[in-house]
Amino acid sequence: MSTAISTAEEVHTHDHDHDHDHEHHELGFIRTYIFSEDHKTIAKQYLISGILWAFLGGSLSILFRLQLGFPEMSMEWLRPILGGWIDDSGKLDKEFYLAMVTMHGTIMVFFVLTAGLSGTFSNFLIPLQVGARDMASGFINMLSYWFFFLSSVIMFSSLFIETGPASGGWVIYPPLSALPQAMPGSGLGMTLWLTSMTFFIVSSLMGGINYICTIINLRTRGMTFTRMPLTIWSFFFTAVLGLLSFPVLLSAALLLIFDRSFGTSFYLSEIYIQGQALPNVGGSAILYQHLFWFLGHPEVYIVLLPALGMTSEIIATNSRKPIFGYRAMIGSMMGITALAFIVWAHHMFVTGMNPFLGSVFMFLTLIIAVPSAVKAFNYITTLWKGNLVFTPAMLFSIGLVSLFISGGVTGIILGNSALDINLHDTYFVVAHFHLVMGAASFFGLMAGVYHWFPKMFGRMMNKSLGYIHFWFTFVGVYMVFFPMHYIGIAGFPRRYYTFTALGNDSMAAFTDMNMFISIAAIITFSAQAIFAWNFFYSIFKGKIAPANPWNSNTLEWTTPINPEHGNWPGEIPAVYRWPYDYSKPGAPEDFIPQNVPHSATLESNLPEENAEIAREKDIEGLLGAQNESYTH
Amino acid sequence: MNTEKMTLEPAETRSINPKVFTMWLFIVSILMLFAAFTSAYLVRKAEGNWVEFKLPTLFSYSTVVLILSSISMHFALISAKKDQFNALRISISITFVLGLLFLIMQFYGWIQLVEMNVFFVGNPSGSFVYVFSGLHGLHLVSGLIVLTFALVAAFRFKINAKSLTQIKICSTYWHFLDALWLYLFVFLLINN
Repeated sequence: MSTAISTAEEVHTHDHDHDHDHEHHELGFIRTYIFSEDHKTIAKQYLISGILWAFLGGSLSILFRLQLGFPEMSMEWLRPILGGWIDDSGKLDKEFYLAMVTMHGTIMVFFVLTAGLSGTFSNFLIPLQVGARDMASGFINMLSYWFFFLSSVIMFSSLFIETGPASGGWVIYPPLSALPQAMPGSGLGMTLWLTSMTFFIVSSLMGGINYICTIINLRTRGMTFTRMPLTIWSFFFTAVLGLLSFPVLLSAALLLIFDRSFGTSFYLSEIYIQGQALPNVGGSAILYQHLFWFLGHPEVYIVLLPALGMTSEIIATNSRKPIFGYRAMIGSMMGITALAFIVWAHHMFVTGMNPFLGSVFMFLTLIIAVPSAVKAFNYITTLWKGNLVFTPAMLFSIGLVSLFISGGVTGIILGNSALDINLHDTYFVVAHFHLVMGAASFFGLMAGVYHWFPKMFGRMMNKSLGYIHFWFTFVGVYMVFFPMHYIGIAGFPRRYYTFTALGNDSMAAFTDMNMFISIAAIITFSAQAIFAWNFFYSIFKGKIAPANPWNSNTLEWTTPINPEHGNWPGEIPAVYRWPYDYSKPGAPEDFIPQNVPHSATLESNLPEENAEIAREKDIEGLLGAQNESYTH
Repeated sequence: MNTEKMTLEPAETRSINPKVFTMWLFIVSILMLFAAFTSAYLVRKAEGNWVEFKLPTLFSYSTVVLILSSISMHFALISAKKDQFNALRISISITFVLGLLFLIMQFYGWIQLVEMNVFFVGNPSGSFVYVFSGLHGLHLVSGLIVLTFALVAAFRFKINAKSLTQIKICSTYWHFLDALWLYLFVFLLINN
């Protein structure tokens, strides 16, 4: 035993020297800020890329909202930016309209809400909250960002080619996407889309493998699974979803590439173009939809789960109450993860599916309401009678709960195959998924940025600007998406360039409502400039942050205000309790951080927690083994 | 000392080397890729208009070669554990050569397919065979690269009983590629 301990100490000193070296050995600019292996820097890279993408994706939506809200308007003033995409009569080019909705979807789903959300916060929070010096493999982590960057560059460049970017919708259904003759956007733009997404998938897999490996293997001593913050649980499930579903998208994309570039017939069969029969026989377009939605549906939860995890943490902290139903929260996330893989065909009710099979998928889809409702109730019961602290992060989290419920309720309608066949591909669907997945995840992202900004940059964001940003966004999102339900029930199909020609002008009655939505969208989008200014200004000029600005329990707040690579200058703290000891009766403060042992809080311990005191020595005894794992 | 350290180590943390674990996760993602392909095969086949043909005979022989390479890979791991450096080098080299031979045989298998008038472009039943074997081959090339690193390490005495991580990762990946081909091959045999 004594040898073991002395070896452990040697290892520890060695480790410390190593860290010491690290602090003083200055890495060059390129290794510190560009090709960095530090998870915190990589997270910031993801965040800033995500913000840039969000503004680009958002401005595309403003352009097509202008077209939908003001169909008669002259777009001549956009010619300096869009050039040839404004036709001679001063109208938006019809093909470009399709390209814009496609790129808006692709950018928002993958580049903002997958890479920008999961990439940022999984990278930033996993090592800090589980108590690790960095990711399991810093190098693969760095590679993951640069694959994402390459994918971004390719996707961005596709906006500038003459035939325009991919235009077949973000789901790129063949045969439209498979045949370059079908539309201009199915030419080079589609090739670039597929190339870019291939790199994106590689990047996501590298990231996801790292997240899972870090959570399983690099937790600090005492950090058992049931002491992990819900953020970590949500990142874990997100990574599992990505690991299992992104390869399937890759296989779908590969077969599509073969069809496009090598002449195979996986998805193509008996197609005539301008009277000419194509040679492809024997393919199945529905096959693509099955493969795509096997990713596509889990992707919804890849986008949403991190937002749910982060807001659980933020709501518990700012309600000054333990999270209600910690294990139920984990269980419901686990349930959502499992169900995510067996509901994909509810996107395909109108493909001529056997009605019995449709009922099976309907049943499975409606079961998702159960874990989702558990989460909603747990949020509300956590808020109930709490000492609410309305920070901007808290407001955005409560906003998420609201959007999650109002968007989720329409999910129950759409999950019914009989109702969905009516509403399929209308604005009702657009309203539904923008509320429950788009806006809710975006609110989670914003909540995360406001909450962890002090840890990221060592400075505070301006609170008042945060409130203004929140109220504009919250009211704006509802003003944009709520009326869309009515428009959808009225029968407006999505992705249509114009609706005035539909049904002998019967849709003209909705012109003013479309105008209203467009104005609301412009206001909401403009309000994001407040955030952008607040974000970038505060990075350089914000107030210096205190060590633990929100009096939070999790480990990231035990690091120095500006943590170096390695996160903790000395030993990594041990963990003795769960992360939700807020307002514990008997405790002098209303929070007890995870690294405070039960032996130091005798006045507030519950009887079973006094039994934990005996185990504290065991946890300390793990220090040697933990340090050793970093010397390899 | 070793046993004492074991008692110090918690059951639930750090019980597996993170690098080996990463390899397992990587394997899971490859498995999902091929699970998607084989599911696509079944879904597509169920729709009819499906051309039946026999698999090239060379695929059976190449399968045997790949299984042999797995056996020699296992010998390499055993030799590394016993610090038998010559045996280690020879077994890794044999594995490498057998892997290369497998790839060549797969290629000639494609030529046999072409002779049977089964082309990459045509009925999906044929295209799928090319996709399965081609993508598996591509992964086997990555396996050969991993093997090359292990080979170089073996010649520099970097693989020994005390540092087995690299050879463990290498052999896990190789056995997986072997099992993956067996799965694809049996799948094609049953469904053809």
